[in-house]
Amino acid sequence: MSHDGIHPEPTSFWRKHVFSVDHKVIGKQFMWFGFAWLAIGGMMAMMIRWQLAYPGTPFPVLGDFFFPGGVVSPEQYNTLFTMHGTIMIFLGLTPLLIGAFGNFCIPLMIGARDMIFPLLNCLSFWTLMIGGAVAFYSLTVPLGGSEAGWTGYPTLSTTVGTQGSGETLWAIAVFIIGVSSIMGGINYITTIVRLRAPGMTWTRLPLTVWGLFFTSILNVLFLPVIGSAMILLVLDRVFGTTFYVPATMAEGGAGDPILYQHLFWIFGHPEVYILILPAWGYISDFLSFFSRKPAFGYRITVGAMAAVTILSAVVYGHHMFTTGLSPMLGESFMLLTMIISVPGEILFFNWLHTIWRGSLRMTTPMLFSMGVIFVFGLGGLTGIYLATISTDIYLHDTYFVVGHFHLTMAASALFGAFAGVYFWMPKMFGTVLNEFWGKVHFWFTAVPLTIVFCTMFWSGYAGMPRRYYDHTYVEYLRDLQHLNVITTHAALLLGAAQVVFAFNFIKSRWFGQKATDNPWEVGTLEWTTASPTPYFNFQEIPVVHCGPHEFSNPNIPGGADWIFQTDVLPGEPALPATHAPAAEPAHSA
Amino acid sequence: MTDSHAAPAAVPVDPHVGAATGGKVAMWLFIAQDGMSFGGLLLAYGILRVTAGDWPVPEALLGINLTAIATFILICSSVSMVFAVDAAKNRDQGGLVKWLMWTIVGGISFLGIQYYEYSHLHDIGITLTSTVHEGVVQNPLFGATFYAVTGFHGLHVLSGVIYLICILKKATTGAYTAGGISHSPVELVGLFWHFVDLVWILVFTFIYLL
Repeated sequence: MSHDGIHPEPTSFWRKHVFSVDHKVIGKQFMWFGFAWLAIGGMMAMMIRWQLAYPGTPFPVLGDFFFPGGVVSPEQYNTLFTMHGTIMIFLGLTPLLIGAFGNFCIPLMIGARDMIFPLLNCLSFWTLMIGGAVAFYSLTVPLGGSEAGWTGYPTLSTTVGTQGSGETLWAIAVFIIGVSSIMGGINYITTIVRLRAPGMTWTRLPLTVWGLFFTSILNVLFLPVIGSAMILLVLDRVFGTTFYVPATMAEGGAGDPILYQHLFWIFGHPEVYILILPAWGYISDFLSFFSRKPAFGYRITVGAMAAVTILSAVVYGHHMFTTGLSPMLGESFMLLTMIISVPGEILFFNWLHTIWRGSLRMTTPMLFSMGVIFVFGLGGLTGIYLATISTDIYLHDTYFVVGHFHLTMAASALFGAFAGVYFWMPKMFGTVLNEFWGKVHFWFTAVPLTIVFCTMFWSGYAGMPRRYYDHTYVEYLRDLQHLNVITTHAALLLGAAQVVFAFNFIKSRWFGQKATDNPWEVGTLEWTTASPTPYFNFQEIPVVHCGPHEFSNPNIPGGADWIFQTDVLPGEPALPATHAPAAEPAHSA
Repeated sequence: MTDSHAAPAAVPVDPHVGAATGGKVAMWLFIAQDGMSFGGLLLAYGILRVTAGDWPVPEALLGINLTAIATFILICSSVSMVFAVDAAKNRDQGGLVKWLMWTIVGGISFLGIQYYEYSHLHDIGITLTSTVHEGVVQNPLFGATFYAVTGFHGLHVLSGVIYLICILKKATTGAYTAGGISHSPVELVGLFWHFVDLVWILVFTFIYLL
């Protein structure tokens, strides 16, 4: 194995920008892909909210283009909420949180020149691209796209509930996207295990890398299970088996729709931690960076994330309290679910202690990081209601659930992603995002977002079920109409705030202020490189001498409050560089 | 695509970094994820079978003898795989090629028996969508789970055979046995092949024997 065997810099356009094997380019590809799908999925959310506030009235401006008469039809409404969930989770947040920053940050933060399997990395992105194309195509087929909800429960998702190829294509798309994530997960874990720079011990890894590491473990272990579920679903839909079709639903049926729910949630519950763990990792770092203090309880933070990773695998039954699950099993799942809030709270206390008495720098990434604490706090606390069987049976399938999971897995993950975009923008593109518009973006996102999901708690607590096309048909729900109007207006404001972000991003990306090499004054390895990072990342593989959060250490010479991870504190032994520098000229050919 | 595109980035020389090669770590992770996908299918099989009141006795419908022979052949191919890895370690090119070929022969024989078995079962009335035994309609999920699980495994054997043929092709050029060259690709295909065999032991037990 050649020790400086990194791929040479490509010269052709296709190799450089399209089928690139460079982790930085692939990270950016994931980022654009995620942004595009977040825009599509977000627009779908606006349409759903419009229908909920003003049932039967045409969706403004774009309505005529998508819907007959401008009004969302019941079938299209089903497709909207189904694809909104699928798109946001699999095609929006996952590529952005894990694909973009995982690819971009892992090699840079551990001091490697690329992922360990660059070609697999490229394949992972293009597999996702195929999955996205299939999902998009499923919207255009006759009889419309998938209508069974993002969870795709049978018998709605079997041919008994949904005819046409839309649902089948949905299942195939989820399968393909899963394959892409597994490829990424294997690559990330192997890279972190194998390619850490000398001195980059496990306890010196930035918490970002730890978050992505745990996420990858969950990706590798649990996406295959939903893959199995999708194989059986496609067999049911295309080849006429009845794995999920019970005898009561169709002639010749002998299957069990609850079986699907087991398989789905064995994957589905880890999936919410797949989305939140990277965000936790990012903000654990950012809170330390912008408080100018070491992250409080680094090892305990890592331990808590590990505990959440393990526990996330054994709590899935709390999604199924209303399925006739054995009460004894239900109680076990309830207990385990409650226990998961213990490491969750440890993380909260560590974050608060990190901020406590720090020299806070209220930059945009810091605001979004604190936003994660706030919205995840709200979502986490309401999770207790849903973990408790007696309250869950009442709240199941109401807007309370919708508010809860949006705050935890959607809003927190989104805030974490935005924090990452603002933070790593200088390193990715060499320009800084405008801070003023960044702060406008934050406040016009955070306030409406809180209103959107907190009003959902109220309407859900009052009994409003999710996924109703027009709840004004139901008498007791008519009184909640004003609440729905408030939610919708806040949601429209939230959507408009993302336009601010899009303009800021595009303007800063191409016309923005050039970034210095280390604008945030932090010490992790990616900031030792130029902005944007050169093709080979590091001239020489760095040698690491301290942890990622060496802030305000009185031993730092020269009055600075930070040092690079490659710097040696006075009195500490310096490690020798243990291997040859890269043969740079040979690569630039 | 030149080899340099697929080459790993430089591996730091640091005692803190584990000794396993990247390929080995990745193959074990792949095996873990593949185990979970088999886990999903077998879990589905288990739930459907336990909750059904009318599950037929597998032995009566499927027959054990032929599949036992196939199982024996597959286990033998695992043994020949071990010899192949050992030959690669000892830089014994003739031995490597020979044992790889025997492994491939074992895999292809297994697939051949499976093909014969499928067509035979199809003829006697056990299909993906219905299960009829001696004129009596049985629970259709018997056939459905049978074909889903063993078919998924058969695809793995097929992939394994293709993978082995690729390795064999390179082995004939001395790619793994020349001095100073790593033989780890042979070890990796071995890991995969043993996994496929191990899963078959479970599938055979759950689907045929129990």
